Amino acid sequence: MSQTPFFENLDQIFVLLQHWLVSFLPTSWQPAAGVLLSVAAIVCLFPALFALTTVFERKGLARIQNRLGPNRVGPFGIFQPIADAIKSLTKEDIVPLSADAAVHFLAPLLLVITVFMGFAVLPMGRNMVLVDLDAGLLFYFAMGASSELAVFMAGWSSRNKYSLLGAMRAVAQMISYEVPLLLSSVAVVMITGSLSLTKIVEAQNQYTWGLPHWYIFTPWGFAGFVMYAIATTAETNRSPFDLPEGESELVAGYHTEYSGFKFALFFLGEYVAMFSISGLGTTLFLGGWSAPLSFLTWIPSWIWFFSKLMLSIFVFIWMRGTLPRLRQDQLMNFAWKFVLPMCLVNLLVAALWRFMGDGWLRWVFCSAILIAAYAGMGLGEMRRQRLGPRSYRYAE
Amino acid sequence: MSEMQSHSAILADKPESWNRPAVMEPEGEGELMEVAMGPHHPSTHGVFRMDVALDGERVMRLRPVFGYLHRNHEKIAEGQSYLASMPYTDRLDYICPITNNWAYALAVEKLAGQEVPERAEYLRVILGELTRFQNHASSIGFLTQEMGAMGTPLMYAFREREKILDLFEELTGARMMVNYMRFGGCRVDASPGWLERTRKVVAGLAGFVDEFDRLLSTNEILMARTQGVGVLKAELAVNAGVTGPMLRASGVNYDIRKVDGYGIYNRFNFRVPLGDHGDVYDRYMIRMLEMRESIGILQQALREIPAGPVMSPTAKLRGFRPKRGEAYGRIEAPKGELGFYLISNGGPNPYRYRVRPPSLINLTVLEDMCLGVNVADVVLIFGSVDIVLGEVDR
Amino acid sequence: MLGEGILKGMAETAKNFFGSYFSAERLTTVEYPEQRIAPYEAARVFPFLVFDGSDWEAGMRCVACQICEKECPPKCIFIEKSKDKKPDALGKQQFYPARFDIDISVCMSCQICVEVCPFEAIKMDTEYELSTDNRFGGLLLDRRQLAKSNQYYHQIHPAEADGVDARLAAEKAKADAKTKITAEAKTAAIAGEGA
Repeated sequence: MSQTPFFENLDQIFVLLQHWLVSFLPTSWQPAAGVLLSVAAIVCLFPALFALTTVFERKGLARIQNRLGPNRVGPFGIFQPIADAIKSLTKEDIVPLSADAAVHFLAPLLLVITVFMGFAVLPMGRNMVLVDLDAGLLFYFAMGASSELAVFMAGWSSRNKYSLLGAMRAVAQMISYEVPLLLSSVAVVMITGSLSLTKIVEAQNQYTWGLPHWYIFTPWGFAGFVMYAIATTAETNRSPFDLPEGESELVAGYHTEYSGFKFALFFLGEYVAMFSISGLGTTLFLGGWSAPLSFLTWIPSWIWFFSKLMLSIFVFIWMRGTLPRLRQDQLMNFAWKFVLPMCLVNLLVAALWRFMGDGWLRWVFCSAILIAAYAGMGLGEMRRQRLGPRSYRYAE
Repeated sequence: MSEMQSHSAILADKPESWNRPAVMEPEGEGELMEVAMGPHHPSTHGVFRMDVALDGERVMRLRPVFGYLHRNHEKIAEGQSYLASMPYTDRLDYICPITNNWAYALAVEKLAGQEVPERAEYLRVILGELTRFQNHASSIGFLTQEMGAMGTPLMYAFREREKILDLFEELTGARMMVNYMRFGGCRVDASPGWLERTRKVVAGLAGFVDEFDRLLSTNEILMARTQGVGVLKAELAVNAGVTGPMLRASGVNYDIRKVDGYGIYNRFNFRVPLGDHGDVYDRYMIRMLEMRESIGILQQALREIPAGPVMSPTAKLRGFRPKRGEAYGRIEAPKGELGFYLISNGGPNPYRYRVRPPSLINLTVLEDMCLGVNVADVVLIFGSVDIVLGEVDR
Repeated sequence: MLGEGILKGMAETAKNFFGSYFSAERLTTVEYPEQRIAPYEAARVFPFLVFDGSDWEAGMRCVACQICEKECPPKCIFIEKSKDKKPDALGKQQFYPARFDIDISVCMSCQICVEVCPFEAIKMDTEYELSTDNRFGGLLLDRRQLAKSNQYYHQIHPAEADGVDARLAAEKAKADAKTKITAEAKTAAIAGEGA
């Protein structure tokens, strides 16, 4: 469906803005200036979004718990992050005497830098990719894995056995869940035939009878999305996989010895990683910037992208408010013994899907395999650990 | 891995000091890591310390250290009249002041041979079961809070608890430190308006328990964290004097409301749920089921409450001097068997005043439950014992 | 199926989340100090001394019998009896407290002083916003600070105050009837002697 010029311009407004601003400079400087402008935009936007998310999180958790969240600083507490920022900036920066000062200083910086690098390849709207790499997905995962180094640096440099334990646990968790993360993305790559994120979005930006071709609406895509979501929650240390940050546990966590602004940087890094990985999930499974119904394409593409992103964040907050946390060994068991096999089954199903050709048969076949695998493995896990609902008797 | 000593062997051991040798042998070389959990700790239910010796992540030795909240309750009671100790009993198990009051009043009434009118007994049952309900709800809330559920079940439990505390305030004047029971009945009568409001609150409680159940009981993560963790065998529980939901979760049928039938409990129809495994999940579910039974008792009591006085005409407020003798009055408090042992020498003050604190006695088996478990589970097991430091330390 | 319990739990929290925007049952916050919950009639915080009429010294019901001081569990009441007497509501000469201090940092609001007072002189107040920045003097209330009128008592505990007034009126009526009988007997005796 053709869009009116107004909506087309609205859709491309940031691209047009960038071109306009850059046109004031001499031609030889324009490409570099354009890129710098986009980088500046990303570096300003996502921390602002992070600030808003902290308020949303507190208010969301509060509303789940039948109470109001922060509502004193600004209307509905919107300016609360400003108060938090001032607090963290004015706190004394304590570095332990025996800590490795250089590593201690670099760890939060490295975390923040690698996390922001991931945004370079995410298509946030039509024609709104900072760098259109052919191997964008590969680049993204490389950056994601590098952020784990920062976590370990933080724990190591603190010279505190509890921080080190916490860091090792966190890194073990993150590495274990990298594998399902990648495997579920590989299914998408197999079907699309390309590692480029822009091509993945374009492949999903088609409509049949008004409904989109998002991968989540296919059996393998749905299963892949579920596995990806579980892996994401574990990668970003969110509930129910937030044992490395657990307050009621013995080990205090890798960021114990950090105070003030450095702690705020860790916090920032965690949330921006959450945005980044949700953005990737949106791109891979939820169609990126494509609209859910074909007659809604007049709404700008970047609005769709960010709405889906915020929806993912909301689901994260919802899970945090509901679920208790898993113990470390249970977490790892879950990764290796349930999520990983399911991802492998999903790969098989994706291949079947591709080669069975169009028609209802592949839907039935693939769904049946996935449901059987899920139910079977789920039951097996529960039975193996002798878990399950119980009935109770009463005294005579 | 070497075998654990059998439990009865440990108890028969009767060590001289607390520095027992490790009852488990660590695998491999290396020292045990000694850690003190508490007294400043987000999840120790008050000021309480556990000295834990760890081999990697598994607990080899655990020594509870308490006494941080000791307030000389029993000694103070020897220096003041029986009535003056009543407000102090509120502050023992400060989550359940009504049942503390009741146990003390029962002991003194036994000592003095005092009768209690019918309406007072019904009011005691109503308030006692309301207390039990809010205690169990809060206890489950605290347990899930320690598990990392970010306080959501706790906030729901507290929402219901607020309704019950509002009822208490309307009747007795205070939300928590009620000071309501007297020797020979209750301090003030309940108005028909109060009874109506109580009926309304009780009508809403069943829906809350259903909601709570749906939120928690089949949650796979909760099951994974609590099933099979912190098992307490029935034999050890009985030998150690454990009472209350912990004992019933290990499968022992012992509920003082049924055994003694104190007050008018034998007029009510209620069942006693029993667990089979004795793990944390069983204790959690027993508390959930007991909440449902409490609702049943409340509905019956609110229907049948007769009119009449709430204080026995022979009760004396001032100048109360029971005859020489001793008495032990015990009730099924929400945490276990709460008993008061009083010795009177004919004077206005008790000669000896002793509280049998269920929390403390249930705590003696903490080490036995925690041996060999992951340190992350120690906090859960401790939470499932459901203690209040006011009672442990008095 | 694995995950069913988790989804049920999440449905519960979603219900609470959306419910908090619509029903007061699901959002129980009272934003103090802009909103305050009115205390129940039976609520009790710290004691106060009741006086009848408008003169707090002359109308104070307390006769310094010191029963509340003896019965108070944490011993937070300090009374000094006066040397002289003043007439009470029934006209009888009674002692009065030259000093009546309550240390509210010690008081545990148990209400035993109210129960044992034979003269309906000490009752429980409902004011709880008593923060002060003087830990010792600020929390030791003397008899001037403790004295509040019977009208105030009617305001905070209407039913209780009505009951107290009825009892005191009955006592006064009995005492009046007794004095009337004694007076009549006296006049009759005098008249009888005269005749």
